[in-house]
Amino acid sequence: MGLTLQARRSPLADAKQQLELLAANKGRPPFSVKMAQAGLAPLRATGITVFQINVGKLCNQTCHHCHVDAGPDRQEQMTRATAELCIQRLAETDIPTVDITGGAPELNPNFRWLVEQSRGLGRRVIDRCNLTVLLLPSQQELAAFLAHHQVEVIASLPYFRLAQTDAQRGDGVFDKSIRALQRLNAFGYGVEGSGLILNLVYNPVGAFLPPKQEAIEAQFRRELATRYGITFNHLYTITNMPISRFLEFLMASGNYEGYMERLATAFNPGAAAGVMCRYTLSVGWDGTLYDCDFNQMLDLPLGFEAPRHIRDFNPSQLHTRQILVGNHCYGCTAGGGSSCGGAVT
Amino acid sequence: MDTYYQPHDLGKFADIGKGNKELWDKFLSYYSAVFAEGALTEREKALIALGVAHAVQCPYCIDAYSRACLEKGSNIEEMTEAVHVACAIRGGASLVHGVQMRNVVEKLSM
Repeated sequence: MGLTLQARRSPLADAKQQLELLAANKGRPPFSVKMAQAGLAPLRATGITVFQINVGKLCNQTCHHCHVDAGPDRQEQMTRATAELCIQRLAETDIPTVDITGGAPELNPNFRWLVEQSRGLGRRVIDRCNLTVLLLPSQQELAAFLAHHQVEVIASLPYFRLAQTDAQRGDGVFDKSIRALQRLNAFGYGVEGSGLILNLVYNPVGAFLPPKQEAIEAQFRRELATRYGITFNHLYTITNMPISRFLEFLMASGNYEGYMERLATAFNPGAAAGVMCRYTLSVGWDGTLYDCDFNQMLDLPLGFEAPRHIRDFNPSQLHTRQILVGNHCYGCTAGGGSSCGGAVT
Repeated sequence: MDTYYQPHDLGKFADIGKGNKELWDKFLSYYSAVFAEGALTEREKALIALGVAHAVQCPYCIDAYSRACLEKGSNIEEMTEAVHVACAIRGGASLVHGVQMRNVVEKLSM
């Protein structure tokens, strides 16, 4: 298993270093200019329908493309007090969806409490699951817990073959992911008529854009059913963001300029109009508020005088807030677009 | 390093239109239609294009369609098989002319 940027004391562990790299455009228009040309500046939220909680950076994997720089060595974890603040603030709203992410969010001791409370408020709950966590000795009851609370599982599987999956996520991850998917299927997840939703996430294993979502979904459906008897509901394509460990890969492999050029050339105004930050509020492990999980990892909290902590959460101020953008945002607007819910267009 | 084919020159492809816009536009329109989803998927067409790129040994096409194949969801195993198809046809095209060679030899020999 690889090490996190932080454990290796890489300069890129510092968000400021990443932002400096991203600021150099080499002939490409800055993202803000591109948005202005598309008539989308300043970018504003259109409401909040997704309350995304990142409960911390602890993970049992160290994937090469991770935008969180998550891993087993990371200590940042949302405390019970902050989790309680999240639930208190959520209860004051009618935001329909709670999207819990990490790291491996299930490893946070408050994960199950957050799920129970959110479900108790009648909200749809999403667990962004790396799959292998389901096989850990400490998590043997996890699949049953998720099924009992009808949590929607969004599971990472970058490809339906071992070589590509392990290249991105670490040796042995593919086989474990398949076993975890089979376990979820056994609980009814992804099985027609069960009401238990299992969606997969594809992201490219390298410096290229994802395929059309419906085309690769059909491939996954055929391959996973034929080879492993696995079924699922939908597959979401997500573009790799040029930050954190994927940024390190881009720099080390000499792909950075080409990738940024590819993202900028593929800028799609239709995708830009539908980016997820317009309807998402992202809460960090320490309660800080962000426009999205990517801004969170770049230490870019809400700007333009918006409240910056969950304790100061004020929906009326946030519903039409101005969103902080940067050149990394090209990752969400290329081609069919990219969001936590897959392609935008 | 200076080479006859510069990878970044692919980005200048549209400059061909400066010499004759009408023909360029017609080519582009045709090209787009060819690669659109039809009886074959875009992914299948990209794999065919990759094979043909190797057969005609166009470095720009190899760059473009290696990336395109990945972006259509193909993997290295499928792409390698596409290149082998090109190789087999090229090799077969040489070898099948052995029939002509044999015809000549048979005619000339006692």
